[in-house]
Amino acid sequence: MELLSHLATGFGVALTAVNLMYALIGTLLGTLIGVLPGIGPVATIAMLLPTTYALEPVSALIMLAGIYYGAQYGGSTTAILVNMPGESSSVVTCLDGHQMARKGEAGAALAIAALGSFFAGSCATVLVAGVSLPLSALALKFGPAEYFSLMVLGLIGAVVLAQGSLVKAIAMIVLGLLLGIVGTDVNSGVERFTFGIPELSDGIGVVVVAMGLFGFAEIVLNLEATEKRDVIRTRIKGLWLTLSQIRQAAPAVLRGTALGSMLGVLPGGGAMLSSFASYSIEKKLAKDPSRFGRGAIEGVAGPESANNAGAQTSFIPLLTLGIPENAVMAMMIGAMTIHNIQPGPQVMTSNPQLFWGLIASMWVGNLMLVVLNLPLIGIWIRLLTVPYRLLYPAILLFCGIGVYTVNNTSFDLMQTAFFGAIGVLFAKLDCEPAPLLLGFVLGPMMEENLRRALLLSRGDPWVFATRPISAGLLAAAILLVLVITLPNIRRRREEAFQEA
Amino acid sequence: MPSIRNPKDFWAGVLFVAIGIATFAYAARYALGTAARMGPGYFPRILGLLLMVLGAIVALRALYVPGSRVPRFHWRPIVIVLGSVVLFGAIVQPLGVAVSTVILVVVASAASREFRPREALLSGIVLAALAVGVFVVGLSLQLPIWPGQP
Repeated sequence: MELLSHLATGFGVALTAVNLMYALIGTLLGTLIGVLPGIGPVATIAMLLPTTYALEPVSALIMLAGIYYGAQYGGSTTAILVNMPGESSSVVTCLDGHQMARKGEAGAALAIAALGSFFAGSCATVLVAGVSLPLSALALKFGPAEYFSLMVLGLIGAVVLAQGSLVKAIAMIVLGLLLGIVGTDVNSGVERFTFGIPELSDGIGVVVVAMGLFGFAEIVLNLEATEKRDVIRTRIKGLWLTLSQIRQAAPAVLRGTALGSMLGVLPGGGAMLSSFASYSIEKKLAKDPSRFGRGAIEGVAGPESANNAGAQTSFIPLLTLGIPENAVMAMMIGAMTIHNIQPGPQVMTSNPQLFWGLIASMWVGNLMLVVLNLPLIGIWIRLLTVPYRLLYPAILLFCGIGVYTVNNTSFDLMQTAFFGAIGVLFAKLDCEPAPLLLGFVLGPMMEENLRRALLLSRGDPWVFATRPISAGLLAAAILLVLVITLPNIRRRREEAFQEA
Repeated sequence: MPSIRNPKDFWAGVLFVAIGIATFAYAARYALGTAARMGPGYFPRILGLLLMVLGAIVALRALYVPGSRVPRFHWRPIVIVLGSVVLFGAIVQPLGVAVSTVILVVVASAASREFRPREALLSGIVLAALAVGVFVVGLSLQLPIWPGQP
């Protein structure tokens, strides 16, 4: 079994004391910041990315992955206890999770969220490992034309499945691509769109863009609204589930895991879509749908399992094809590039330690979440009672130091503030920042592959349509756009987002 | 002349078109090359054009499909929050982490409607100690602690 020996390599890496420690630090920090209101996984990763610069690439990625799961998990804790989703993927957890908490079943809700997530994470890890081999082998056959088309499909797919106006989202991608090519052009050495500013000749940093759009803008927007929090202050007694609760929740966990694993692989999928889809399925399958919204345990078990499975399997396109399918994966690409790893199918062969180590650490990270966070819930709750007026200056400080220390220049902070202002503007105009970030990290790769493909075809643009794989990928992208513009499906898509 | 029925989309579209035009015009200074041998100006020009087209679609559709108004901008948090970070970047090298942290926290706190100066100062001092402990001592980042240090 090739797979088993690979996994053995992976666990050999993931279970070293150093990497265990970084996985632990990552999950702890991730949960800590995930619990804080108004700071999602993207901003969390951007904020903590600078702390990983000094680490070995493997350890850095393991820690970042840990931060991601932690943030995810922290989000569901706040959803259950405070009725405030820490991240978009735990929006649906609020519905029944918080109702359970009000009925005095907070412990059960937290326990099923953790156990469901762990089960889903374990299954998804195996899936990631299994699918990666054949997919990487396929991807290695890709030429520049196929890669270009794949990126088109990935980007289109990412916005089709997301919420909001399709044309605006595509425009945001293009804007991102444009920001991505700021800096010195690798082929000609010409500095593009640097406006004579020497600091821009290396391009704009991914931390700067992400922190501005997702971190600072969020803080500004939060300050507009007056604060309202409904913390469950009663002591949480018993994190254990009754037998009947387990019987009710188990099928939902299984369905959520399967659904999340599948949706996670799709571009634009990942955690959020999975949890929404799982909630509406559980509601449809339930004998008595009216229980939903009043503390149905399936309404927590399904989405929580699904979002964790989705979070995990969304690593598949990143690791095998080098294509990020959502904003978090775009941050992981940014992190890999900072550590001089070009994401893509060659990582598995050129750097097997890193590849399998990361996969194995996914499982380790999930286990740590269960073992560590359930006992620590008391601390997380106390953190929630800290008012926002004290929290946000602290968040700003850590973000500020994080950005500053990337290059030790105040120019980066000015850029980040600029992107923060842009982020506020976008929010007012209902323009999603996530597609922009995807475009931003893919910009240079996309241009490079377009150039190479057309160089090989001597300038003939039909190369994208005549090579079968490339044509198939482009056709799929066009089909997606057409399908989503059909009035019928468009309405269903909006309903799906509204219902949850 | 039809009226603007969806201000959010209309202004988003106008913004995209404007950026598209600016990009296209600015990219004119870079060599275009040919499709087979693209110059540095080729891809940016494509993106500029795309942005113009997409923006125009968004803006034109906003004339027919109704939507919501652009919410008000609250300038206080925008200016204070973003300004405090820029200020931090400017003073951290000469003044050191300790002092700059207190200044950042106090200034940033003023963005909140529930600003309490004494509480903000206290939290600034606590966070300054934490920042020095975690970042300078713990992670040994290259930052001065006190004013006048290199």
